[in-house]
Amino acid sequence: MAPLLEVRNLTVAFDTPDGTVHAVNDVSYSLEEGETLGIVGESGSGKSVHALSMVGLIATPPGRIVRGEVLFNGRDLLALSQRELFEVRGKEIGFVFQDPMTSLNPVLTIERQIAEPLRRHFGMSASQARTRVVELLELVGIPDAARRARQYPHEFSGGMRQRVMIAIGISCNPKLLIADEATTALDVTVQAQILDLVRDLKKKIGTTVIWITHDMGVVAGLADTVQVMYGGRIMERGPVRAVFHDPRNAYTWGLLKSLPHGGRRGVTRLYQIPGNPPDLTKEPVGDPFAPRNPFATERCRTETPPLGEVEGSVAGHKAAAWYDLRAALAATQVQP
Amino acid sequence: MSESTMKPLVSAQNLCKTYGGEKRLFGGSTQALKAVNNVSFDIAPGETLGLVGESGSGKSTTGRVLLQLEAPTSGDILYKGENITGLSKAMLKPYRRDMQVIFQDPYASLNPRMTVGEFVGEPLEVHKLAGSRRELEDRVASLFTKVGLDPSFMKRYPHEFSGGQRQRVNIARAIALNPAFIVADEPITALDVSIQAQIVNLFQDLQDELGLTYLFIAHDLSMIRYLCHRVAVMLRGRIVEIGPCDAIFENPQHAYTKALLSAIPVPDPDIERNRRPLVFDVGANLPPEEAVLRPVGDRHFVLEA
Repeated sequence: MAPLLEVRNLTVAFDTPDGTVHAVNDVSYSLEEGETLGIVGESGSGKSVHALSMVGLIATPPGRIVRGEVLFNGRDLLALSQRELFEVRGKEIGFVFQDPMTSLNPVLTIERQIAEPLRRHFGMSASQARTRVVELLELVGIPDAARRARQYPHEFSGGMRQRVMIAIGISCNPKLLIADEATTALDVTVQAQILDLVRDLKKKIGTTVIWITHDMGVVAGLADTVQVMYGGRIMERGPVRAVFHDPRNAYTWGLLKSLPHGGRRGVTRLYQIPGNPPDLTKEPVGDPFAPRNPFATERCRTETPPLGEVEGSVAGHKAAAWYDLRAALAATQVQP
Repeated sequence: MSESTMKPLVSAQNLCKTYGGEKRLFGGSTQALKAVNNVSFDIAPGETLGLVGESGSGKSTTGRVLLQLEAPTSGDILYKGENITGLSKAMLKPYRRDMQVIFQDPYASLNPRMTVGEFVGEPLEVHKLAGSRRELEDRVASLFTKVGLDPSFMKRYPHEFSGGQRQRVNIARAIALNPAFIVADEPITALDVSIQAQIVNLFQDLQDELGLTYLFIAHDLSMIRYLCHRVAVMLRGRIVEIGPCDAIFENPQHAYTKALLSAIPVPDPDIERNRRPLVFDVGANLPPEEAVLRPVGDRHFVLEA
């Protein structure tokens, strides 16, 4: 079966007064129907920009898609006109953004905002849309949905607003739901409820999900496949258990190792990744993590490593590294 | 641990901070919100007390009131046993030297028009602690070295720095006056994951080297567990549980603490797949006004009716 989404050599740049920012560099991956892909990375890793650029949501200029293809159900999204993209966005691909406080329109009722894609994409009448809105609000666990639908965003708490955002994201039963730091602004207790909700929705309506976050814990619980990004590139990708238990890229390894893991001060000291995030205005040369990587070889600084299958792991586990992390760790006696 | 027997460095006694409730022009009054409600705790010298809770629980307000960046509605703040509540600006000045703050957002808390060297040196000038220009520069340079920044960066402006470096600049300014006590309000929340461990280690190193006392406010409970000696859990303005870190994490007593701990995502797929967070309905379980903290273990207290 053909994958639902296939990204090929996606490269995105921004022309700014400080120079060209190389935000996404040669990103390729595919996503099967029903799969949940967790994308982790920090600010500047390209994780959000690559998702936004797939559906024409970056401002051009300053943004610019240098090259690449994004095949969604076999159709190249990057070749579509804005009008054609309107048909895809919201209907076939749903979005949930980070900030529930600013992504809702404060002067429209919740009902109007959830109904908008329904009326536009399916031509529903006002009363049909109303019925569907109440259904959706119940689905995302908002009590007293019929009354709440007539309220305005300020009458909802942060967690409830994020549920509304998810209701909008799934309103047209999209084939693909992209959530960008959708629970980052929420309290952990509310985050846990939202994650449960997403797991539940996947069971009920079988949505394919791309969950973008910087929280390794969230990905561990939600994703089938994890993709680690740094400096606009995919550093490692594979089934979650393989990547978490047997990382082969030094950045993935460092990220996992720098977490406290229930450790206590005095007993252990946190592992810290040295250095600072990369300056993306510099022409990317070599492995973007090389300057911070204690295991980097000379080749890492000059030549970009391809994302290739790793040896001795499960199928689909890929890493971009010239060095052999397992051998390097064994040699330095550092505990993984 | 010996800090229980030591005299506290900082004490909050029955602190309350209420917003609103003012009389309106034509009678009636606005709704009063008790952001901090009868909060008491001691922090021993050299100790790190973690303050956790959801947004709106009053943890940041507690920190601000403790430093008297906002006046408490009632209650007392003791520093080295002296009541410093409501002192005049001039009277408070020597205490300000001893009590510093680090904020969450390293981007917003720096002055974009000052070089970072001027920014770090400013408190020294305000308190007239640096004699000559030369002496000031030397002291700022040594502060830079202490927080892991190259002193040659002194002449640069904030926009030239990454988030982690900016937070180092903020920390350098906070320790410029050799304070004894620092309130750190979500100091790592806005930083990249790969930088958080660097800053947490810096906090720890500075504590070991300078004997600092911290009130560390955060919602990342795994870092709290790593960094703090004791933890206080806040819910709607009240402390519902307080105790040594191990007691809180291994043996939580309050239903809210249990729910909060069960909600932390664990970066291990095998554990995470089977984790079932407990549900706690805040609205239905608000602590009754007459509830008090009762001891349940060694220095471990829980709010009970």
